[in-house]
Amino acid sequence: MSEYRLEMHNVVKTFPGVKALDGAQLNLRPGTVHALMGENGAGKSTLMKCMFGIYHMDEGEVIYEGEKVQIKGPLDALNRGIAMVHQELQPIPERSIGENIYVGRYPLKKLGPLTVIDHDKMYEDAARVLEEVHLNFDPKAKLGSLSVSQMQLVEIAKAVSADCKVLILDEPTSSLTAAEVEALFTIINELRSKGVSIVYISHKMDEILRISDEVTIMRDGQYIGTWSAKGLTTDFIITKMVGRELSELYPVRENVPGEVVFEVEDFTSINPKSFRHVTFQLKKGEILGVAGLVGAQRTELMEGLFGLRNHTDGRITYKGQEIKIAQPKDAINSGIAMLTEDRRATGILGVLSIADNVSIASLNQYLIGGFMLDDGKIEKLVQENVAKLSIKTPSSKTQIQSLSGGNQQKVLISRWLANSPDVFIMDEPTRGIDVGAKYEIYCIIAEMAKQGKSIIMISSEMSELIGMSDRIMVMCDGRVTGFIDGKEANQENIMALATQFE
Amino acid sequence: MEKSLNMKKIVSNNAIIILIVLLAILTGCTTQNFFTVTNFKNLVVNVSPRFIIACGVSGCLITKGTDLSAGRAVGLAACLSAMMLQSLDYSARMLPWMPDIPWPVALIVVMAIMGCFGGVNGVVISVLKVPPFIATLGMQTIIYGLCSLITNNQPMGGYKPSYLTVASGSLGPIPYLMLFAVVIGIYFWFLYNKTRHGKYMYAIGGNENAAQVAGVNVRGSLIRIYILAGCMYALAGFLVGAKAGGASTATGNGYELEAIAACTIGGVSANGGVGKVGGILIGVLVFEILKICLQFLGVDPAYTYIAQGLVIVIAVALDLRKYLQKK
Repeated sequence: MSEYRLEMHNVVKTFPGVKALDGAQLNLRPGTVHALMGENGAGKSTLMKCMFGIYHMDEGEVIYEGEKVQIKGPLDALNRGIAMVHQELQPIPERSIGENIYVGRYPLKKLGPLTVIDHDKMYEDAARVLEEVHLNFDPKAKLGSLSVSQMQLVEIAKAVSADCKVLILDEPTSSLTAAEVEALFTIINELRSKGVSIVYISHKMDEILRISDEVTIMRDGQYIGTWSAKGLTTDFIITKMVGRELSELYPVRENVPGEVVFEVEDFTSINPKSFRHVTFQLKKGEILGVAGLVGAQRTELMEGLFGLRNHTDGRITYKGQEIKIAQPKDAINSGIAMLTEDRRATGILGVLSIADNVSIASLNQYLIGGFMLDDGKIEKLVQENVAKLSIKTPSSKTQIQSLSGGNQQKVLISRWLANSPDVFIMDEPTRGIDVGAKYEIYCIIAEMAKQGKSIIMISSEMSELIGMSDRIMVMCDGRVTGFIDGKEANQENIMALATQFE
Repeated sequence: MEKSLNMKKIVSNNAIIILIVLLAILTGCTTQNFFTVTNFKNLVVNVSPRFIIACGVSGCLITKGTDLSAGRAVGLAACLSAMMLQSLDYSARMLPWMPDIPWPVALIVVMAIMGCFGGVNGVVISVLKVPPFIATLGMQTIIYGLCSLITNNQPMGGYKPSYLTVASGSLGPIPYLMLFAVVIGIYFWFLYNKTRHGKYMYAIGGNENAAQVAGVNVRGSLIRIYILAGCMYALAGFLVGAKAGGASTATGNGYELEAIAACTIGGVSANGGVGKVGGILIGVLVFEILKICLQFLGVDPAYTYIAQGLVIVIAVALDLRKYLQKK
């Protein structure tokens, strides 16, 4: 038997238009925590989904406990002792915790001629695994009654209940508080001492350096290397992840913040757990970064400002005049644009053409006689934007869903630029976009600011915030906890404000 | 190689249409009087009202909704038209006090009334957020009840000659019914391709949340779509009544399913955001040609229903397959 529990060699996986994995590999030793690192879109999650059988790889092999295996699907993976906690939870909130843990592999018993679910055994077993992950919950409670972080722990309990030998944790701490992270680390250490191999995906350097034994770095779907975690530095990891020196990551910004154009005072959600008493100012030509942990209500605040969520209190002043925003249309008419966080869910019109996607928010500008659309004008607008933002597309009639993430994002930016907004809210503008396209998006943002547009940029990537913002607003648990000048910002002072819980 | 692949794709994407054309050729070769002017006219007058209904329901389908009240709405519209347009000297007039009114006025009144029913559908769906399937199922039953109530469950006839001419007359060789369908077809083509309303409709069908973020008035658009649908059922009901020379509560029964099926065969996707007027016309034609062919071949009407049902399921399965392939 080899020294590794699981090996993946030369994995290739192609999606329409993208080579997500191109010669990726991973070697897991028993009883270790193995960090898998790389930028968004580097292929970490894809590689793990190949290991877990959600995706089938085009090329490559998996050797599990010395044997070449083919993992047919998640159930097959679970039966072999490979479990995965997904980045995006897939809970069934209306069912009990116990059922969520055992869904798809319920314990069965005979009831006369029928085979039925053994509920008593299921809940007993569930109670035991919950105890193992230090969760004090009634397994019969509805999963929906838990918080997001508690649901995450239930997911881990689910993995533990499968008696796994390999456990994949895909960004497990992204929605956890510091105390919850400690609890998770205790569980991870216990599992490690039992000999479980743990794949740990995270963006948080300090966590990686603390918990992991080995680090594998990926970039653009390729294997970069594996190092022992001891003695690694953050700078070394980032340089390997990005593939170039840090100083070249962001464009030089030539924007000069001017007078205040946009003011928000005492802005409060109708939901008491969401954003409250938010006050900030935005200057002409300024890039205002918005930092915070998951659950800090940054997205909710911006959606509130854009009229997608209701607020009770608060004033929005735009160029000295108070404006009322009850729905997105009001915000758009006032000259505000918003790039939403989830491109697929609230951004692209998937089956529609590039032309339709670019023009949809500004159709009023292309009317002949007040009712008929001028196709020529629309085509001209699309061609201008395709050229200006270098959108790679076969034609303006191509469906937007067939483009890569970066090009989709550029189409959405064009949609808003057609309205010449003065305030542009961008929620995670580079999420799920490859490194090259990211840089192009940064250049577009910098250029917009230079032209005097004011930009609000939410980002969960610390380096992006520090590299792009003139000023950073930090939120914690629905409140603004402080502002930091872009030049003075660093990981420590942002995190200090981002964790200022009441 | 490339070409043969394309051929394969064209065949698999249009399997149903190709089958029907083959069936028509087969029928034409094995029976008499199939490829005749009379039969063609018969096809045209059958297709026209159904195409108008399908146009109405297409907006609902493109926005990921549906309208199950279409058929009963056609029936109510036919009955309302009948009540207003019976001959003054007809002994069994439903409304003896009704004065002699020109048919265009009656048509406008019926369209206004049915537009209101459509508006209610639109409000229930877009404001109260009742799933379209349920909302329009309820409306279907309500309309049927109302129709029974106002007609006392009595069939009506004895129409004014001018009303009957709307269906029987023709401009040269072209039946009036076809002219109505052509005008509606052009109107919908323009609406879907050249106006904001059309673009918003496709956007809502493509991704309702994204459309809202882009500033589309989702509620208003949906309500307009359902109102327009109601107006189309009214026009179709008016024409169906004229064509049959009478109306009853049974008029229009099941038309909604035919219309939805025709749209789907014609490429209006059950996943929303996709659908063209030309496709809807082809869908309706396929359905009617199938019916006429089976009639000519002397197939038992019971089998005709079975064949229609199969065509609906196969068409939707083929449509969804296109999307599954893309994943």
